[in-house]
Amino acid sequence: MASKFINITLKIWRQKNSNAKGALETYSLNNVSTDSSFLEMLDQLNEQLINEKQSPITFDHDCREGICGMCSLYINGRAHGPDSGNTTCQLHMRKFKDGDTIYVEPWRSRAFPIIKDLMVDRSAFDRIQQAGGFVSVNTSGRTMDANAIPIAKADADKAFQAAACIGCGACVASCKNGSAMLFVGAKVSQYALLPQGKVEATDRVLNMVRQMDEEGFGNCTNTGACEIECPKGISIENIARMNREFLKGALTKA
Amino acid sequence: MSNSVLFKSSIAKKYFMALTGLFLCTFLVGHLLGNLQLIFKTGEEGRRAFNEYAYFMGHNLFIKVLSYVTYIALIIHAVDGIMLTIQNKKARPVSYAYNNPKANSGTASRNMAILGTLILVFLATHMANFWWKAKITEEIPLHSLVKTVDYPVGQNPATGEMITKPIEVTHYLNTNGTYQQFKVKDPSTGQEQKLFEIKNKHEFYDITSGVKIGEGYKDLHTVVMTFFDKSNSSALFGVLFYVISMLVLGYHLWHGFASAFQSLGLNHPLYTPIIKKIGMAFSIVVPFLFAIIPVIIYMNH
Repeated sequence: MASKFINITLKIWRQKNSNAKGALETYSLNNVSTDSSFLEMLDQLNEQLINEKQSPITFDHDCREGICGMCSLYINGRAHGPDSGNTTCQLHMRKFKDGDTIYVEPWRSRAFPIIKDLMVDRSAFDRIQQAGGFVSVNTSGRTMDANAIPIAKADADKAFQAAACIGCGACVASCKNGSAMLFVGAKVSQYALLPQGKVEATDRVLNMVRQMDEEGFGNCTNTGACEIECPKGISIENIARMNREFLKGALTKA
Repeated sequence: MSNSVLFKSSIAKKYFMALTGLFLCTFLVGHLLGNLQLIFKTGEEGRRAFNEYAYFMGHNLFIKVLSYVTYIALIIHAVDGIMLTIQNKKARPVSYAYNNPKANSGTASRNMAILGTLILVFLATHMANFWWKAKITEEIPLHSLVKTVDYPVGQNPATGEMITKPIEVTHYLNTNGTYQQFKVKDPSTGQEQKLFEIKNKHEFYDITSGVKIGEGYKDLHTVVMTFFDKSNSSALFGVLFYVISMLVLGYHLWHGFASAFQSLGLNHPLYTPIIKKIGMAFSIVVPFLFAIIPVIIYMNH
């Protein structure tokens, strides 16, 4: 496919720091290759801004291969932009037309405070993970080979699908309640389904949910927006599993 | 660990929403079956059947207990819903300048709090219209029927037969199942005489002995029929309000029914699609049947 060049208008959220009051700024960007990724387009804009002696736009990115979970951005009203099942770095400018106005905003959540411009602090996810998203294994040199424990294929597949979560936060961003249930549901499920995770299953779900609530995420209304916007297609079946695990945990620990 | 997580945590709040919501769904079915008697049986037979049913619902111990459980479930559902909504609003202090939620979620699912509030407004007016009158102020007339009775006016001197004259007399339906004649009127003098006294709005007492001889049925059927009667100037507004409210209820159930199962952790690749279909059918059929009752009453009167 021959590459095309388009001219676009961008409305981008600019905010100096977490305490500053932000606002949408308008930028015009010409000659954007439709083959470039959305982040490459932002790189191009930043180059233009630097040449104009303006401050470049801060945004999170890392692998640019759709696997690290660093990129974010709420583009034209949707997490990771108009495509489904991909991250912003894998979104290409061919999805936009010449003359389009594109809105770019950061993830909006009380638990994800803005650091600068489009970059938010997602360490709330790390703290939830630290509250229980692990298995305690003896690593003294007598560690058991994980593959020595047989696991049913169906369970292994479900656990793997849950483990595909890259922790980008699109679920929180697209949820009308800013809920992190899909993230926590996936992290709880990936262990709950495996024999290695069963030992700490009760504490894990109770601690992770407690941490999630403390971080100030909202509650689940089962709108299903998260699973639609999740770049890894993680199902809300995992939220139901977390809810089951939580009830089991709360009743046994009570 | 204390069992406070079963009350305080975000997930526990959803269990309570789901359990009370599903319980209220069963209430809807029961209430609907009672209401459908308003249109399936007509005439005095229908009126009697409905009022007897209403009396049973007000006096059966099991139903009484169930009604208190329903009030409590409703309060928990509403209060929990308000608490969840406040938390959810707090979770996103700055909203998006440009948002496209249609792309990933249904309208009903995003507006459960608004729909719920509208249902609460409907419930308040609905209870003021019927429940308040029936239970608190007891402004409801007793089930009465004007029957023609052959009243003796004298004796035929030639044959010795009684001469009777048909006259219209009010009868009250006694909870023992008989129509109790209320007054006698002397056709020669035109004077009326009560056969019993009504005390405490619905109890019958013998005039001479003062002994309680029965109880009357409240005529809730007539109250409903009058409320939606065409000749009543506010009836059209009432019918419209009820129909719109049922539409709102339908939207609330469209998301709520299946959502309750998900909140309780009941998600299954085979059964969830079936639950969703049942939820859709429930959210259409139940509010529709509720809504056609006032419409049919309005059209038939």
